[in-house]
Amino acid sequence: MAHKSYAKSIDLPPEQFFRNLKNAKRFAIDIGGSLAKVSYSSDWQRRAPVVYDEPDSEGPIYNVSEKEETMVRLHFVKFETKYIESCLDFILANLIDSKEFIRDKIIKVTGGGAYKYKDLITRKLGVQVDKEDEIECLICGCNFLLKNIPDEAFVYQRHGNPDYSFQGVDQDVFPYLLVNIGSGVSLVKVESDNKFERIGGTSTGGGTFWGLGCLLTQAKSFDELLELAEAGDHRSVDMLVKDIYGGDYSNLGLQADVIASSFGKATRLDGESFRKEDIVRSLLFCISNDIGQIAYLQARLHKLTKIYFGGYFIRGHPLTMHTIAFAINYWSKGEIQALFLRHEGYLGAVGAFLKGAEEEDAEKYSWGENMAGSSGLASPKSSFTEINHQDPGFFAHGFDMLEIDRLDRPVMACPLLLDPSSYVPDTVDLMHDKDAREYWLKCFADSVDKTVALAIKSQSEEEDVEERAKKFKDKYLAKILTLSTNPCAYGSLTVRSLLDTSSQCLAEFNFPDPYSQQKQQENETALKQLPAHLTLLDSQSGKDLHLSIAKGLLAGNVFDWGAQEVRKLLEAGNFSFMDAQEKLQDRPWLIDDFDSWYKRMEQEPRYQCAAIFCDNSGADIILGVIPFARHLLSMGTQVILCANSRPTLNDVTYSELVFLVKRVADLCPQIKAAQDQGRLVVRESGQGSPCLDLRFIDEALRTEMLERGADLIILEGMGRAVHTNLHAAFACDALKVAVLKNRWLANRLGGDMFSVMFKFERSRHVISPEVT
Amino acid sequence: MASSSAADPASRESSTSQNSDSDVDVDTLPSMPWFGMDIGGTLTKLVYFEPWDVEGVEGNEEEETLRTIRKYLTGNVAYGKTGIRDVHLEMPKQVLGGRKGSLHFIRFPTSEMAAFIELARAKHFSSLASAICATGGGAFKFESEFQDQVSLRLHKYDELDCLIRGIHFIDGHNHSSECYYLTKQRSPSQSHLHNGHADSNQSRASSDLPKDHSVESGSHSVDDGSHLGSSGEQAEDSRTFSDQPAVNGIDADSDGWDDENDRWHGDHGFDGEWDKVPFDFRNPYPYLVVNVGSGVSILAVYSPTKYKRVSGTSLGGGTFLGLCCLLTGCETFEEAVELASRGDNHKVDRLVQDIYGGDYSRFNLKGDLVASSFGHMMCEQRRKEATKEDLARATLVTITNNIGSIARMCAVTEKIERVVFVGNFLRVNTLSMKLLAYAMDYWSKGALKALFLEHEGYFGATGCLMEYLKLGHPT
Repeated sequence: MAHKSYAKSIDLPPEQFFRNLKNAKRFAIDIGGSLAKVSYSSDWQRRAPVVYDEPDSEGPIYNVSEKEETMVRLHFVKFETKYIESCLDFILANLIDSKEFIRDKIIKVTGGGAYKYKDLITRKLGVQVDKEDEIECLICGCNFLLKNIPDEAFVYQRHGNPDYSFQGVDQDVFPYLLVNIGSGVSLVKVESDNKFERIGGTSTGGGTFWGLGCLLTQAKSFDELLELAEAGDHRSVDMLVKDIYGGDYSNLGLQADVIASSFGKATRLDGESFRKEDIVRSLLFCISNDIGQIAYLQARLHKLTKIYFGGYFIRGHPLTMHTIAFAINYWSKGEIQALFLRHEGYLGAVGAFLKGAEEEDAEKYSWGENMAGSSGLASPKSSFTEINHQDPGFFAHGFDMLEIDRLDRPVMACPLLLDPSSYVPDTVDLMHDKDAREYWLKCFADSVDKTVALAIKSQSEEEDVEERAKKFKDKYLAKILTLSTNPCAYGSLTVRSLLDTSSQCLAEFNFPDPYSQQKQQENETALKQLPAHLTLLDSQSGKDLHLSIAKGLLAGNVFDWGAQEVRKLLEAGNFSFMDAQEKLQDRPWLIDDFDSWYKRMEQEPRYQCAAIFCDNSGADIILGVIPFARHLLSMGTQVILCANSRPTLNDVTYSELVFLVKRVADLCPQIKAAQDQGRLVVRESGQGSPCLDLRFIDEALRTEMLERGADLIILEGMGRAVHTNLHAAFACDALKVAVLKNRWLANRLGGDMFSVMFKFERSRHVISPEVT
Repeated sequence: MASSSAADPASRESSTSQNSDSDVDVDTLPSMPWFGMDIGGTLTKLVYFEPWDVEGVEGNEEEETLRTIRKYLTGNVAYGKTGIRDVHLEMPKQVLGGRKGSLHFIRFPTSEMAAFIELARAKHFSSLASAICATGGGAFKFESEFQDQVSLRLHKYDELDCLIRGIHFIDGHNHSSECYYLTKQRSPSQSHLHNGHADSNQSRASSDLPKDHSVESGSHSVDDGSHLGSSGEQAEDSRTFSDQPAVNGIDADSDGWDDENDRWHGDHGFDGEWDKVPFDFRNPYPYLVVNVGSGVSILAVYSPTKYKRVSGTSLGGGTFLGLCCLLTGCETFEEAVELASRGDNHKVDRLVQDIYGGDYSRFNLKGDLVASSFGHMMCEQRRKEATKEDLARATLVTITNNIGSIARMCAVTEKIERVVFVGNFLRVNTLSMKLLAYAMDYWSKGALKALFLEHEGYFGATGCLMEYLKLGHPT
């Protein structure tokens, strides 16, 4: 991003950055010395399937149509401040039709440049500029991101594997220390949304690095300085402990390489000159160390254990993060880790926007990052110029974007988790596991054409379908490319995140549910087979019955269009439920806790309530899950069937399941009775993924679990029980059931294709014996 | 690996002995000459005890050599190109191990160590003694050179032990005038009398100080000084910097107080005259020592023998000088300080008012506070306009304020109110002392007091000699 020219115009189409500007409603601007961020909210139309039935008809179980839903999205666009004028021009030009929306209205502006650019903004946009306090905006933005965006915070460890350790979701955000390193440094202690205090600061910050660096090296820009620092060696400029002692100063435990005096060697004037690179590196270390030390001292003084670093000085730059992390680790003797934020550049912009949108009450909603429209972290591995070539759509001209969607319904952590704060949904960290990463990235890239074909088929009558499908493909492949270069770009890289990214990209180009017809068809077929299957089961008893029911659940789980090898079988046609049962591994299964499950069911009191997280449509839900649930109901256990809120692959959705259960009730008196008595309910999970992130389940489901006293959780399918939650610990008994339909994964787990996992775990909740 | 100096929370019992001078068994004392040497990263500090009782003894080889050394060291004020004796710090009429004499304070750049070793050879140091006592990192680094080139064994002492012992020795022997603080004069009409270095006056001044004048009460503030200064007695006692004479001719710039150019350019916090007020350091515990050499060490001292190193920073005197050399092409510390005294850091630093147009009242930050050191230098035009003097000034202010800020946090954490700044960074550097005095008071709302000691950088060397002689603890 080393720009030699100071051109004020943008050559690239800014539509790429200012998306959906025509429907923008409210603006805020954060103007920093080097970077400006424009934020706005927009309404966007999303297609969503509508499931309905025609009463008294003998037709299909349900019908599907589409409706347009209006969604709220927050857009944040970051660019170099020098482009501010042309960006304002662009915004104005695109708001021609809706100019009234902001004319005579107020724009919230924050940041150091708020004063400088106030008149320009008023003149260009004809709006009243309302200045918001910079630090208040930072805190407000920081709180919002920490609460809503998973993996917002991370620990940086250079040459770690991976370098980034994302912190998931902090269930307990406060209190923390925010160290904002702009041109100067502010240290703010944050105790709640409304209670925070600037407890200190230092004038040696980013401006010192930039100003002093340019003086010392004649470099022209901040980024040029960072490039120089990367190539330098501070040891020729700094006086180290060994330069004074000849080695360690062991009395104080100071190692030979510790810097005793920054720039201490620059006083030796024996005619030698110092390399620019070395000088800048020394300067970077000097300032980062100093800030790290001051931050540590303040944290200790105020008894704070979480220190977040933000501000343009850091800007995700690995060497800077490394130095600060090192300093915090050094001073705290490893007790405190420096935390960085994926979206640190946006804190002020997010805060300024929220301050102008108080009536919308962001607190009331849950929010999620739209990965399809966000740039992600710049790659630490590539140099600054390389970044430009990787993903020119985003990185050219230093433009960067973040999009946050408002979720329809609030989501919360699942109450059945043993410890929500330490829960990590994902089984394999693809940032850490290179083999797995390469396999899955290739696997997802290879399957994109199948997805495209299906997407086109699902909307074949529409004119622009090919074009949209092509755009989806380009976007998704670009994301995969970004992730293969920088696995840490969007937080933790996992099979779940890859699946979710695919779903988000499909939705982005208006393919909400490519599997809709497929699912409908399979549901019809399976429903026809249900009565015979139930009759068969009813002829059994004891352990045989339990085993048949378990096998039915497993056989149903074979019907998974998300698994490539199964897809081939299904595409060939005539693959029946019986065939699926044949395919299953013989007992003992790869993981086989059936006997202890059976023992539990036979010998201990019935469960109070089971929450079953369902997987696929068709045979899976109807011939596998329903009989399983029916069996539990027959024993007196209540059942909550949990299905996805939004479509993904051929997973059954909540709205589909409602009708399926209704039809099943028509066929099966026991189910009907249970439903009528309220012992069987269908609830939406809050998710739209083939995987299951129990940090974010629908609030109503959470309440249902608590009220019914759920004491058994059943996770079904590879996505929910293998890719995620395999190692999840619950405060109640858990049954994790899946058929391994991916040969590579099965082999990795020591099994083969169609290996069976039937994992029964007793509650990890320990009740203190003293409690009576 | 990047880092600054380590913190060592473990309390250290200093190894210094409790012997007072009177306990000393004269026979066990090492033979003369008595040197204490502190070899730092940038400067080497040498303390030499010159006995007065060798006159008239003829024909003794030892006495001959002592005379040679004395003649050389005390007959000169400068040695070679870079060695300097700080005449104004000389402590006459000292009794050490039963010997009467003077303590001399000499410094030279550590980079000249080879020349010093050569001098030691020429002056036959090693014909008298087989060992010399040394502290500082150089005691380790140059150990083999001393051994190989002049057959001198180095008795090495821990530098922090030496520092603490040195402070206690010098203050104990010079307590009337060693420790002082700075206080801003309230009104320009106030008269400034000074007592120079007349020992009798100073002793009286110190002992006559009202009890509440010391910081022990904890309720003092900078105003105390001014308030006391308004009484006739105090006005006499406080020495104004503006008319304190230069005591020696070598360090022409050793006292910058009377520099007409030392203006404060809108730093109204520092505007006007400052008074130097003696501080009774006889019961100083606990106190913090901030030793600003090339780097900085911060120690919390709880008793004559108990202290711990609480923190440190690599941004010290070496950083100031190194940056000044790179930025201005200056060659010496004196030159850098002199440039700084004539510069204006507001041409270089970005102030709160430059960003917010005035005070940042939401967080109670005054407009004239530096928001970003060197922040204006992000702008190319401003870089062209900044003078060497401005850059030196900004460097000095940046480093000084940073040290003050870290020291202040350490003091609060350790719950200590007295902060003693020592080290050669403060030599001829009244600007930094005023900045520190002001910053400690301002940011702590008067709860903390910055104290200074006359022998700034020589405590390590002095303490080292005391360790060597196994004496010197105040009783």
